Amino acid sequence: MTGRAGAGALLRAGRWVRWYVRELTDESAYERYVAHVRAHRGPDAAVPGRREFERRRTDAREADPREGFRCC
Amino acid sequence: MSTARNVSRISPRSVVVWTAVALVGAVGWAMLALARGEEVSAAWMVAAALGSYAIGYRFYSRFIAQRVLRVDKHRATPAERLDNGIDFHPTDRRVLLGHHFAAIAGAGPLVGPVLAAQMGYLPGTIWIVAGVILAGAVQDMVTLFFSMRRDGKSLGQMAREEIGPVGGAAALLAVFAIMIILLAVLALVVVNALAESPWGTFSIGMTVPIALFMGFYLRVLRPGRVTEVSLIGIALLLLALVSGRWVAESSWAGAFTLEPGTLVIWLLVYSFIASILPVWTLLAPRDYLSTFMKIGTIGLLAVGVVITVPTLKMDGITDFAGVGDGPVFAGSLFPFVFITIACGALSGFHALISSGTTPKMIQKETQVRMIGYGSMLMESFVAIMAMVAACIIDPGLYFSMNAPAGVIGDTVQSASEAVRSFGYSISPEQLAAAAKAVEEQTLLSRTGGAPTLAIGVSEIFSQVVGGAGMKAFWYHFAIMFEALFILTALDAGTRVGRFMLQDMLGNVHRSFRRVSWWPGLLFSSAVVVALWGYFLWVGVHEPLGGINQLFPLFGIANQLLAAVALAVCTTLLVKSGRLKWAWVTGVPLVWDAVVTLTASWQKVFSTDPKVGFFQQRADYQEAIEQGKVIAPAKNMDDMHTVVTNSTVDGVLSALFAILVVVVLVDAGRTCVRAARHPREATLHEAPYVPSQLTAPAGLFATAEEKSELAAASAGGGGTPDGGGPGGGSGAHRPGGGDG
Repeated sequence: MTGRAGAGALLRAGRWVRWYVRELTDESAYERYVAHVRAHRGPDAAVPGRREFERRRTDAREADPREGFRCC
Repeated sequence: MSTARNVSRISPRSVVVWTAVALVGAVGWAMLALARGEEVSAAWMVAAALGSYAIGYRFYSRFIAQRVLRVDKHRATPAERLDNGIDFHPTDRRVLLGHHFAAIAGAGPLVGPVLAAQMGYLPGTIWIVAGVILAGAVQDMVTLFFSMRRDGKSLGQMAREEIGPVGGAAALLAVFAIMIILLAVLALVVVNALAESPWGTFSIGMTVPIALFMGFYLRVLRPGRVTEVSLIGIALLLLALVSGRWVAESSWAGAFTLEPGTLVIWLLVYSFIASILPVWTLLAPRDYLSTFMKIGTIGLLAVGVVITVPTLKMDGITDFAGVGDGPVFAGSLFPFVFITIACGALSGFHALISSGTTPKMIQKETQVRMIGYGSMLMESFVAIMAMVAACIIDPGLYFSMNAPAGVIGDTVQSASEAVRSFGYSISPEQLAAAAKAVEEQTLLSRTGGAPTLAIGVSEIFSQVVGGAGMKAFWYHFAIMFEALFILTALDAGTRVGRFMLQDMLGNVHRSFRRVSWWPGLLFSSAVVVALWGYFLWVGVHEPLGGINQLFPLFGIANQLLAAVALAVCTTLLVKSGRLKWAWVTGVPLVWDAVVTLTASWQKVFSTDPKVGFFQQRADYQEAIEQGKVIAPAKNMDDMHTVVTNSTVDGVLSALFAILVVVVLVDAGRTCVRAARHPREATLHEAPYVPSQLTAPAGLFATAEEKSELAAASAGGGGTPDGGGPGGGSGAHRPGGGDG
């Protein structure tokens, strides 16, 4: 029993870490964007592919380098 | 509801817990302050810091949030109102805390405390802890709040709109000048860490192809898969680190053993090319690498300090604190400790982050306390660990590493003698052995803080993993960790400087406004690199020691930016009818202005040639006219270099001081007018919109917040938004109501 409960807790912790890292690195940005578009413009709204989306994201940073600037 | 909270706030259990926390902090301070002539455990420093942070966070930040700012959990944040799924989106508070911390904490909190350790551990530690609680964290939190109320406007925009065009222009010019000095000093730290070190140079050099590979992977092979490519990158990084030793021991060593002057050229060429390349090739992947390395190493260091509990070998207060003739930086305790330690106590640069990306992502107004104040406390703790790392190494070694070559000479014998004249002792054999233990040719005059920190880190880490045999590895690990994010900062900072320059030049020639206009881009990048490159070149060839001369300028510049941010905050408090609370940012502002202006005054007018730039210039000029050479200058060329450099540095100190005064006078004028005619004060706040989101304010949801979350998810039938698989303490918004 305790073994199974421990494994469950470990699994949950692992999932949480994975979620946290994906959020922190913005790896989840594409899914978030698609969910946002679908929620606001309907489930059939056209969305860019992931490749296109990631390109636009880095290009936006190109245009204004103050975004995502880090400090001393 | 609120009465129930008030009752629970003074529950006996809470009283007991917070009394205990206060006692831990107080005992820590007592042990640090009262120890005389014996070695003190670093555990007391950690206890004093953590106890004080806990009290500051629990009571002072809560007071600021609730009474001064009056954060409103029912008011929608820009992230909620303007949610576009890209840059504006309500982000889980724990994720945003990580984001914000990674953005504010860089090399600054690691370098300043190491240099300030020349006055002993006590002055620096007191300033780091008291400064962050009463000034630094307050600045970050209040700036974040006001920028959030203005849809994430930048500090420069707020200064222009809320203070006036003159103060705004001075603030903008100040940011640009500060950026140049910052980049030069950071680059100087890297040069001093990598000079004559084939191991370090090779492993840092390898980060370029690693980053290029990661960029290609993310752009072409598997777009957006950041975690996997970062893991691959870190593995390659460690490989580069290990192979650095093989290279240093092989016949290639000569190719990677570079003089400081050569490294400067390489750094300038690298930064220029990196800043004009697309973001995806180098900058973005390096950012991921350095963020992972930064968070990982800082975490490891905290664990290492707690496990090994090292003892502090440095004195609490050294003789240099009173006399002000220390070899690391000149000047007495007041004001120069408060200038040398900026990041970690009060850093103006944070205001740029707090008024940039973070306010566009915050879920709830109530979270400014945790994100703004909390992140800054974490950075302050990084500074405390840097202080620990610098103070656990032998003071004799510390001074041999941090005094300029002009003072201690370039042999272990001369250094040993010089250290004895400072009142410490280390034998030439010990100095040679210390360098050998980390497989470096020499540790003499490795100024800039990074090598000293790396020695401290290798001391701590090798006690946990690997023993003495791993010292060299951990030393180069720490060097790489610092150099990695400084190189990223050089690239990113050059881009920001270029962007500002393009904006300014846009007033002269319209094409400059188009950031992608190729000639304008090349020209502006070249100008920015040339500007900081000049100071870097000067710093490397400065007979009096580059860090010694330039670091005070960097500190003054950073604190000047803090004065601008605190002036904006104070003006906004007054204009928004919070006059009686204006002291919350007003007192730190006055303190900061007094410190910065005193330091600038001394740097310009002091008659001590070690402190005052113009006195230094006059002395050397007079000697040149008489045909004499003053040590540490070796010949007439050195003499002329000193004259030129002290003139430039002196003019710059004066310019910084004038800019602060302009901003302060303009802010004072606006405050007086707003205080006299409160009705006429115009605020540029975004209008009130009720919030649909429910989210906890702090790291852990309170019982009340949990029931609110449960009610929100049951009532609206909504989906968890960014709550993560943990569910429970994330945020909830109702169905699809806010189209």
